[in-house]
Amino acid sequence: MKRPGSSVEALAAWLLAVLWIAPLVYAFWAAFHPSEYAVHFNLLAPLTLDQFREAWRQAPFMRYYFNTFVLVTMILAVQLVLCTLAAYAFARLEFWGREVMFALVLLQLMIVPEVLIVENYRTLAAFNLVDTIVGIGLPYMASAFGIFLLRQSFKTIPRELEEAARMEGCGIMGVLWRVYVPTARPTYLAYALVSVSYHWNNFLWPLVVTNSVETRPLTVGLAIFGAPESGVDWSVISAGTLLAVAPLLIAFFLFQRQFVQSFLHAGIK
Amino acid sequence: MMGIYAWLLLLPASVLLVTFTHYPTVATFIHSLFSNGTVIRPSRFVGLDNYRAVMHDPVFWKVMENTVLFALGTVPASIALALLMAVWVNRRIPGRAFVRLSYFTPTILPMIAVANIWLFFYTPDIGLLDQISALFGGHGHNWLGDSRTVLWCLIVMTIWKEAGFFMIFYLAALQTHSPELEEAARLEGASRGAFFWRVTFPLLMPTTLFVFINATLNSFKLVDHLFILTKGGPDNASNLLLYYIYENAFSFFDTASAATLTVILLAMLAAMAIVQFTVLDKRIHYR
Repeated sequence: MKRPGSSVEALAAWLLAVLWIAPLVYAFWAAFHPSEYAVHFNLLAPLTLDQFREAWRQAPFMRYYFNTFVLVTMILAVQLVLCTLAAYAFARLEFWGREVMFALVLLQLMIVPEVLIVENYRTLAAFNLVDTIVGIGLPYMASAFGIFLLRQSFKTIPRELEEAARMEGCGIMGVLWRVYVPTARPTYLAYALVSVSYHWNNFLWPLVVTNSVETRPLTVGLAIFGAPESGVDWSVISAGTLLAVAPLLIAFFLFQRQFVQSFLHAGIK
Repeated sequence: MMGIYAWLLLLPASVLLVTFTHYPTVATFIHSLFSNGTVIRPSRFVGLDNYRAVMHDPVFWKVMENTVLFALGTVPASIALALLMAVWVNRRIPGRAFVRLSYFTPTILPMIAVANIWLFFYTPDIGLLDQISALFGGHGHNWLGDSRTVLWCLIVMTIWKEAGFFMIFYLAALQTHSPELEEAARLEGASRGAFFWRVTFPLLMPTTLFVFINATLNSFKLVDHLFILTKGGPDNASNLLLYYIYENAFSFFDTASAATLTVILLAMLAAMAIVQFTVLDKRIHYR
């Protein structure tokens, strides 16, 4: 039975959806048409890639891509190792001070590194790590969120599996690698997607740390490129913006289900 | 024996956490009690002087007002929209995949890119907003240059960016509700509106609280767009606390004020965390 009002609701849902996607569609419009069509909507307007060529010429996007790629990969790799080790300790080992330590770890969920830019900049300066990609990554590498997620996931794994592996002569590392890591694979995937999206898009701390083309990630490069005082043409800024978000956006469109599931999985734990 | 293993496993993560979370938190408190050091005059203990200075700084109060307004403007509106989106996407409407995709997409974009796109909407005269208002006989308006409209422009943009993210929490919660409930209500003759307000909404209360806390915490940290759109202006009309901290530290080189303001931000975050632990039933989301 179709209820009265349900088609009205579907229409409203669609209207909102069109409104919601419109800003992004507009950015595509501006980027793929000559700049005189930026505010003149005409279905017959010629398509062009000139804006992309121009953006590519005006800013070292290749270098920015490379920097962001290195940054995101490095952060994720270290996070996965550190969080796995710590999560296992919290999930399965009895030791003095466990609860206190866990509470201290969770503190980072509230006090995220962005809030502490002033002191963390001082620390990086003391270690001579200002304007390095490692410097951007360091405050995020021990992730309370990752430790928390993996701990929850490890706790659901039956102890019998671990004991069986031990009988066959596995040490702690063997057990982790053979039992825990494979079983918690969905959690790893969820965490990886959240971490990569977060650091691909992160801006404030990378802005504070970097001051050269060799270290700047895409977001910081884009901010400098798109700053109104740089006097770049609007359509070219749109093209540059799309260049910066393209890899993540394409990945999202291709693996939409995994992305949404991952954000969910990570969000409700 | 087990204890040693445990501590060895925790060691790498702990070193980094202490260096970049615990130590700087404590150091911020300490630095907020000292004056700025210069070459001739080294930093010295000044007690609460920095706090007094901040309290007498009219810009600080403007910034606090903006920060609270920004939270009040963005959080309830994006939660309400998120709930509406989730209820719609959860139903079998035609083209549901596209609708969900469209709601969620802004979430995946960096705030800098969002600001770049929206900057053009708000540009006076040639911007999209003014073009549309011109169709209705409106005059050009400098949306971001007018201290009465600038914060609202940022709020609207942020709602657009955030609502889809909160939607997925509601979607997850809605998917746990059994369809028999609605079936039963329908047989009893309850209207859809009544069912939503009497059954669905109360059942979603824990989710709403969870999203509310996280959205509020998040709103204190959202400042990236200011770098593109307004730089906190005009005349600090859109300046937010974290951006003001950045300005103090890296533009004015006044690290004592920056540390003091950071302590205030930490206190606000702590207050929200306390609300989270006392109001929220921990078992719902943490076990």
